[in-house]
Amino acid sequence: MTTDTIAAIATGLSNAGIGIVRISGDDAFSIIDSIYKPKSGNKILSKENSHTLHYGYIVEEGQMIDEVMVAIMKAPRTYTRENTIEINCHGGIVVVRKVLETVLKHGARIAEPGEFTKRAFLNGRIDLSQAEAVCDIIHAKNELMLKNSLNQLRGTVLELIKDLRMRILRDIAYIEAALDDPEHISLEGFDKELSEHVQEESAVIDQLLTESRNGKIIKEGIKTVIVGKPNAGKSSLLNSLVGDERAIVTDIAGTTRDTLEETINLNGIILNIIDTAGIRDTKDVIEKIGVEKALKNAMDADLIIYVLDSSTNLDENDEVILNLVQNKKTILLLNKSDLEQQISYEDILKKTSHKVISISIKENTGLKELEKAIKEMFFEGELSFNEDIYITNERQRESFMSALESLKLVNGSIDAGMPEDFYSIDLMNAYESLGKVIGENIEDDLVNMIFKEFCMGK
Amino acid sequence: MSYIYESYDVVVVGAGHAGCEAALASARLSLKTILFTISMDSVAMMPCNPNIGGTSKGHLVREIDALGGEMGVNIDKTYIQSKMLNVSKGPAVHSLRAQADKQEYSKSMRNVLENTPNLILKQAEVTEILAQDRKITGVKTYSGAIYPCKAVILCTGTYLNARCIYGETVNATGPNGLKAANYLTDSLKSLGIEMYRFKTGTPARIDSRSIDFSKMEEQFGDETVVPFSFTTNPEDIKKEQISCWLTYTNENTHEIIRANIGRSPLFSGDIKGTGPRYCPSIEDKVVKFADKDRHQVFIEPEGLYTNEMYIAGMSSSLPEDVQYQMYRSVPGLENAQIVRNAYAIEYDCINPLQLKASLEFKVIDGLFSGGQFNGSSGYEEAAAQGLIAGINAAMKVLNKEPLIIDRSEAYIGVLIDDLVTKETHEPYRMMTSRAEYRLLLRQDNADIRLTKKGYEVGLISEERYQKLIQKEDEINSEMIRLENTVVGANKEVQELLQQNQSSLLNTATTLAELIRRPELTYEMLEKIDIKRRKLSADIIEQVNINIKYDGYIKRQLRQVDQFKKLENKIIPEELDYMAVPSLRIEARQKLIKFKPLSIGQASRISGVSPADVSVLLIYLTQYNYQKSKEKV
Repeated sequence: MTTDTIAAIATGLSNAGIGIVRISGDDAFSIIDSIYKPKSGNKILSKENSHTLHYGYIVEEGQMIDEVMVAIMKAPRTYTRENTIEINCHGGIVVVRKVLETVLKHGARIAEPGEFTKRAFLNGRIDLSQAEAVCDIIHAKNELMLKNSLNQLRGTVLELIKDLRMRILRDIAYIEAALDDPEHISLEGFDKELSEHVQEESAVIDQLLTESRNGKIIKEGIKTVIVGKPNAGKSSLLNSLVGDERAIVTDIAGTTRDTLEETINLNGIILNIIDTAGIRDTKDVIEKIGVEKALKNAMDADLIIYVLDSSTNLDENDEVILNLVQNKKTILLLNKSDLEQQISYEDILKKTSHKVISISIKENTGLKELEKAIKEMFFEGELSFNEDIYITNERQRESFMSALESLKLVNGSIDAGMPEDFYSIDLMNAYESLGKVIGENIEDDLVNMIFKEFCMGK
Repeated sequence: MSYIYESYDVVVVGAGHAGCEAALASARLSLKTILFTISMDSVAMMPCNPNIGGTSKGHLVREIDALGGEMGVNIDKTYIQSKMLNVSKGPAVHSLRAQADKQEYSKSMRNVLENTPNLILKQAEVTEILAQDRKITGVKTYSGAIYPCKAVILCTGTYLNARCIYGETVNATGPNGLKAANYLTDSLKSLGIEMYRFKTGTPARIDSRSIDFSKMEEQFGDETVVPFSFTTNPEDIKKEQISCWLTYTNENTHEIIRANIGRSPLFSGDIKGTGPRYCPSIEDKVVKFADKDRHQVFIEPEGLYTNEMYIAGMSSSLPEDVQYQMYRSVPGLENAQIVRNAYAIEYDCINPLQLKASLEFKVIDGLFSGGQFNGSSGYEEAAAQGLIAGINAAMKVLNKEPLIIDRSEAYIGVLIDDLVTKETHEPYRMMTSRAEYRLLLRQDNADIRLTKKGYEVGLISEERYQKLIQKEDEINSEMIRLENTVVGANKEVQELLQQNQSSLLNTATTLAELIRRPELTYEMLEKIDIKRRKLSADIIEQVNINIKYDGYIKRQLRQVDQFKKLENKIIPEELDYMAVPSLRIEARQKLIKFKPLSIGQASRISGVSPADVSVLLIYLTQYNYQKSKEKV
């Protein structure tokens, strides 16, 4: 197995708080030694004891990048069973990225999604039963994963890439066919045509790259669906989590007739929160569509937040919802704890095995507990995360860049008047690089994709 | 009455291009070998086109030669015209083709076979394959003689239950009216072997005295002949070459074909076998390329001994009377006298997915096969498989590891991997496009790629191997010299650049950099390369290509690295696919059936999805980890 050194941002894309850059592999210590500078003196981290924390700076070419805390962990008592370094950065996402780039420049390679976990697996840190559980989810999950990773690329982008690949493949096929059957298929003037194609294709990829740089392409997190009866406070919950008035909040039941979606960052955990229409038996046609959509959303949620209005009694609609969430990862919120209580905490515990939290969105109480509960579920592995946003972004960028580079080489070959059979080498590389972006390439990659299921930054 | 005759190590059934290579390889590896043929007069017969090589097939012949096979040497001895094809394209698609004197080719090969120690030829029809507990014990001939043996190589070509057809006329014979072999198929079926039925075809032969060559374009051979064999000295085989001729079909020809297409057994349904898409009959071409108003027709001599001319590009199974009309509609063939009719031939072959990459049957120990019997088409494809089957039958008897060549090493590797992994339902023809890494698999470097393997197997002599090592050293040191020789922007250099329409130098550069310019070559730089030693043409060729296409070669090598990663993930033979969780049923069945050698091969099996491959990879990683722990 390869023992090159990998690195990634272990926390999500958050503009506030601490970001962690994790490094794992044989060279982790030599890399940190070359970029870490202690506050004073000349401490060398590789000489320090394992499992200790050190204050200092990350320095590149004499320039200080960030003030950091560095955790050092020596093999084998680490998650990956390799030498592991965690750099806790303070300066926000731009700085965290900069630190990562510095680490990469000093010999680490950007980690594939889930590669830390993969290494843990390969090094025997995770046992067979866990790995078999992974195997079991591959087929169920793989399809879904693929779907998800495809979904990330908004429909049109996906179509664009597929179309690009088709166009490249058609040119490859044409060249190959002409080589095998020169009598019937002529390459006369084809280089000109190909040159135009390549330029068009490059322009499209360039555009995609610009968009991915803006982070537009990728948007994925734990699919979290808020459900509940009308007027239980679902939209208010969403608003207070998001921090702005995104959903229309009124006292009139049934105001949210469609679903609303927001992405929030809970200390590094990315939640895609979907607010749904209140679930009740209704005759209103439009509201009915909303209810059906809510039920469907709930069905394929990673996490359900069920908001109950504790100031009204449980009814048959609640029974429907309780039934619905029975086998799903769910947190129950007893909202409106500021009002007179009709349902008690104890009552509801009898009805469900899920975690129940008493809150008042209006009074802003209990929200911290909710966040804590989500984080606990996440870190205990109950919730899995589909993507590490930053890494995926980086990986896709890398693939786009190498596709672009390959197309450039094709153009170079055309300009240099190379014979046509040379074009297909780089055309094929471009085709495969684009395949990586949309997960249509088998290689070791697919294995990595499985491991990226585990959780972000690991 | 059956009786037991003498025992052999290896029995080869069929003395066509596959059988000859198989028998020679086995005998040259010191195994007692017997080669059966239905007629001693049809050894190494060329029942179809009178040439060896051509696009991608030329690569195969050079690879056969590099491994120690005979085809290249034999065509060098018996060629009557030689040509390097595609020279206007890149070096990857340059391909040698030589016209053969058919009888000389056959006689010369027979002579080699008859004078090879450990090898016996025998005219007899093998009717039964004998096996016990799924292990080969011998073969039985029509006369009842039993030949006990350790391995059998089946190279039956197009003879099994063969039928030759044109129009309504059907002959139950093999090619050229030779006896068909009508018993072996049943024996194979009773051993549980799955059979296919394929067809192929050949055009008419026309008396050259009836051809008006003035209406055709003459096709000359190359002035400088490149031999097929790396052991042949080009000087030794210089000779006067015979021309071929080019003419074209026309709308009239196509009209005749269209008007009579209903009488073609292919369209009437009389032929059930599947034909090769890439070697189509003229009927197929007229239907497939309806918008083309003409097709090329090459007129090629069958040999120096005969007036018969082969009408390449117009194979057919139309009735005799239509054939006359059709051929006579072609300019220059107005008065054509047909010596032999065009015909289609149907025959039994196997589903090659039953074979391992060593060309041994998965279910019968010691049974190997090669050539058209494996579902391929072409002399060169046959010879390549025959050679590998012969080597591996010998390795089996000698208790050694089989020789397996992968897709990144040779066209032979591509050919065999495609045959045993990908499902094909038509005769398999080698094509340039099938080789993913063709810039590395050039015909000019076949020796560098493969001769070491031939040496390790034992087919290449120490002397030849040492020569190769020396050649490699010379190539490498010359390349290093060129990379390190700096030339300045002096008058001489600038003059030379100007002469060759190359942009002038601003600063000093290396000779290698100059060679990389598309308009320059190694040879052109002689004047400014003062320290150049005199090197042989083949070394210069390698140096020039390696430097010139350096960037492309490196990128292709990276693709090969990628490929090897999956290829090197070996699946242990004892792996129980039933124990692998989460495999889809279809994939599980296919994997159990094919027993792929590696993850790479598994990924090429149709019906095994990328997701299945990943499941397998995970399981394998886990499996290997557990195994290694058990050992400790």
